[in-house]
Amino acid sequence: MSGYEARFKVWRGDAGGGGLEDFTVEVNDGEVVLDIVHRLQATQAPDLAVRWNCKAGKCGSCSAEINGRPRLMCMTRMSVFDRAETITITPLRAFPVIRDLVTDVGFNYDKAREVPAFVPPDGLGPGEYRMFQEDVNRSQEFRKCIECFLCQDTCHVVRDHEENKRAFAGPRFLMRVAELDMHPLDAAAGAGLDRGRAAQDEHGLGYCNITKCCTEVCPEGIKITDNALIPLKERAVDRKYDPLVWLGSKIRRRSGA
Amino acid sequence: MAAVERQQWDVVVVGAGGAGLRAAIEARERGARTAVICKSLFGKAHTVMAEGGIAAAMANANENDTWQVHFRDTMRGGKFLNQWRMAELHAREAPERVWELETWGALFDRTADGRISQRNFGGHEYPRLAHVGDRTGLELIRTLQQKIVALQQEDHRATGDYESRLKVFQECTVTRVLKDGERVSGVFGYERETGRFLVLQAPSVILATGGIGKSFKVTSNSWEYTGDGHALALLAGAPLVNMEFVQFHPTGMVWPPSVKGILVTESVRGDGGVLRNSEGKRFMFDYVPDVFKDKYAESEEEADRWYADPDHNRRPPELLPRDEVARAINAEVKAGRGSPHGGVFLDVSTRMPAEVVRRRLPSMYHQFKELADVDITAEPMEVGPTCHYVMGGVAVDSDTAAARGVPGLYAAGEVAGGMHGSNRLGGNSLSDLLVFGRRAGRYAAEYAHGLADRRPPVDEAQVDTAAAEALRPFTAGAADESAAGAGGSVGAGGEAGPPENPYTLHQELQQTMNDLVGIIRREGEMEQALRGLAELRVRARRAGVEGHRQFNPGWHLALDLRNMLLVSECVARAALERTESRGGHTREDHPAMDRAWRNVNLLCSLADPTGGLAAADPARAQIRLARERTEPIRPDLLALFEKEELVKYLAEEELYE
Repeated sequence: MSGYEARFKVWRGDAGGGGLEDFTVEVNDGEVVLDIVHRLQATQAPDLAVRWNCKAGKCGSCSAEINGRPRLMCMTRMSVFDRAETITITPLRAFPVIRDLVTDVGFNYDKAREVPAFVPPDGLGPGEYRMFQEDVNRSQEFRKCIECFLCQDTCHVVRDHEENKRAFAGPRFLMRVAELDMHPLDAAAGAGLDRGRAAQDEHGLGYCNITKCCTEVCPEGIKITDNALIPLKERAVDRKYDPLVWLGSKIRRRSGA
Repeated sequence: MAAVERQQWDVVVVGAGGAGLRAAIEARERGARTAVICKSLFGKAHTVMAEGGIAAAMANANENDTWQVHFRDTMRGGKFLNQWRMAELHAREAPERVWELETWGALFDRTADGRISQRNFGGHEYPRLAHVGDRTGLELIRTLQQKIVALQQEDHRATGDYESRLKVFQECTVTRVLKDGERVSGVFGYERETGRFLVLQAPSVILATGGIGKSFKVTSNSWEYTGDGHALALLAGAPLVNMEFVQFHPTGMVWPPSVKGILVTESVRGDGGVLRNSEGKRFMFDYVPDVFKDKYAESEEEADRWYADPDHNRRPPELLPRDEVARAINAEVKAGRGSPHGGVFLDVSTRMPAEVVRRRLPSMYHQFKELADVDITAEPMEVGPTCHYVMGGVAVDSDTAAARGVPGLYAAGEVAGGMHGSNRLGGNSLSDLLVFGRRAGRYAAEYAHGLADRRPPVDEAQVDTAAAEALRPFTAGAADESAAGAGGSVGAGGEAGPPENPYTLHQELQQTMNDLVGIIRREGEMEQALRGLAELRVRARRAGVEGHRQFNPGWHLALDLRNMLLVSECVARAALERTESRGGHTREDHPAMDRAWRNVNLLCSLADPTGGLAAADPARAQIRLARERTEPIRPDLLALFEKEELVKYLAEEELYE
């Protein structure tokens, strides 16, 4: 296979506005969209702003929208596109643009701070933790998250509803609540914190109507909706409407700790 | 002069990977107001790319493991050039550092009895690496990030402000360490997003910036690895030690070209993967060096038995230290027995069931499937050496992580030298980050506390000079126009001439280092590299930028070039000086390890402390080299080895001391 010239439209601009700019650029065997963006920087647009780091799908920095779909640029092979196709790259739509393909993702860092941290169990020192693989599997799946924020970008609750951002943590951080809730040794309940209820009351779980858009765009293949959000909703509902279930779960957790 | 935002902190940590975050946590917990500055977003540092695990002698998988065994393995891996006190502290403290992560919420893979699972790795006598599949670095960075958030939540409850005692300045680059006389007084940098300048005044600065891989063309390292901390230390007057030792990881992807260099974790071999050449032969049996002869299997049968019965069989030679495996692959390819794309074959498909591969090596499965159309459960991978890690770095005090000669300056993690000697074992990096990150945080906080109200003042002239240096790329074109208007563009000072494209300069630098100071080195080529680097340095003074200061990657790269050129010269000069082969330094013209070099460190420092003359003149060197004898290894540590083994490494006079 040999190289060819591809047509690109890349959004350029800043908070004050901008638009799509046309480029024709060489593409070689095996390349990904991020390679093309780097070639644009090196040859045609040295000040084209883009975030990236590992170029191996592990850090979640190079998130953008390619032909309207939220994706990692480093994991999007050029071979998935028709050679005649014009490929459009735009910044993540749910976050304010800083410049070109770089957006202000501060929303996510604010939300991260609103989720109470892991509560270590009393009476267990470092080296004394015992957990079984089958009990950590669920939380480990969620800890595969590379914080690319594609799920946050695609979630319709905030994508076109800026006003919901205040009350809604988004799939990534609701999943973080689920992760802690399912951690075998998290002692939040013993400390008077009901993570399931907090998901509902503090982090806007009720806004989610399980359309699974987040799961679809996750580059790590995490089943965010099925494995994190739905179980979290079930627990929250149980606790909200059935005080006995809520109390029982608290007692069970305590004696298990 | 340009507007500059100013703040006061007790401790400033440059870098937010494993070492930086661990240092920041420690400093803050010891009461120091701590700022972390990082080039990327919080949580994206290069540590996320670490795959295999954290080495720590917890003895969960083999009860015979102890810190002494870990220490021994580390010294052997580094060919006895390690700063032995660091290797000792590292081996002793690593288990506590791993266990502590669990109390912050980390979820490692488990053993059947519920403890932290540990896996085999090259050079480690017992299964020793705590891991989470093959994404251990992500778990480490996320755990530290979440611990930082937990501390900020505490501070918020106490003060109403999340950032009152611990703040992360993300997407900011430090370009200078500021000094008051000999002492550190703070840092100068810029915000990438806005281009605005920033001065953080602080008595303690911890460098935790990682490595230098972006000076090489084929590398597993991310764009951040431009040797910033190494250069900041040099410019601040602190020497670097043993910069000739650069680790080429034996297994990087070789195809397609755009992913060449991306890491293929050593866990593939630790879990049973084997290396084969184009003739289908497991060639590593032919490459076991004398010093390791009695520790590695001689036949495939013995090697294969080892996985189930490690006490009665010797380990497979695929698990030799990385330098040995990388050289072997290089030799096979050179002998014409390589794979179609210039590597060798790494195979797990015939060694374990597909579902085991997908469970134990999920991100490798994903990486090859997505980027190379290769299903590693059904066919072998093609792999070859890739620039991965620099063993050399800031010369530090073993116990306190303090840099030499500059009070208030500390270094931890990859940017610090000494710990790994001439070659690092896999898994010893993540443990290094934790052990010495914590130590740096502790001693930096204590030093700042000891100064109390006598904080070193910031020298305004240094701030002005730093700002001018940072703005220089914007006027490269203007300087040229005036020179051209005067009727000429050639000048001996090297200032005149057309503006240079920073991307082009960077590519030429990477090509030079890759071709001339790479895995196999020759005297003539390194001399050629030094001449090439000097010319690039002069041209880099004219690196020009289009556009403005807001999130401008061309400008950022133009500034990073200074650092890459400085560290590249260190590597080339030290590599030329050391006339032997040891660990991550292989001389074709001096192929043997020489015991006379065992106790010699090479120190790099700035030839011209003002930096001015050398930068503009290709005839001058920027780096001065000095030899130094290492401190004799403490007798009780030497006693951990058999005499017959020590004879292979130690100089004659050392044996009789």
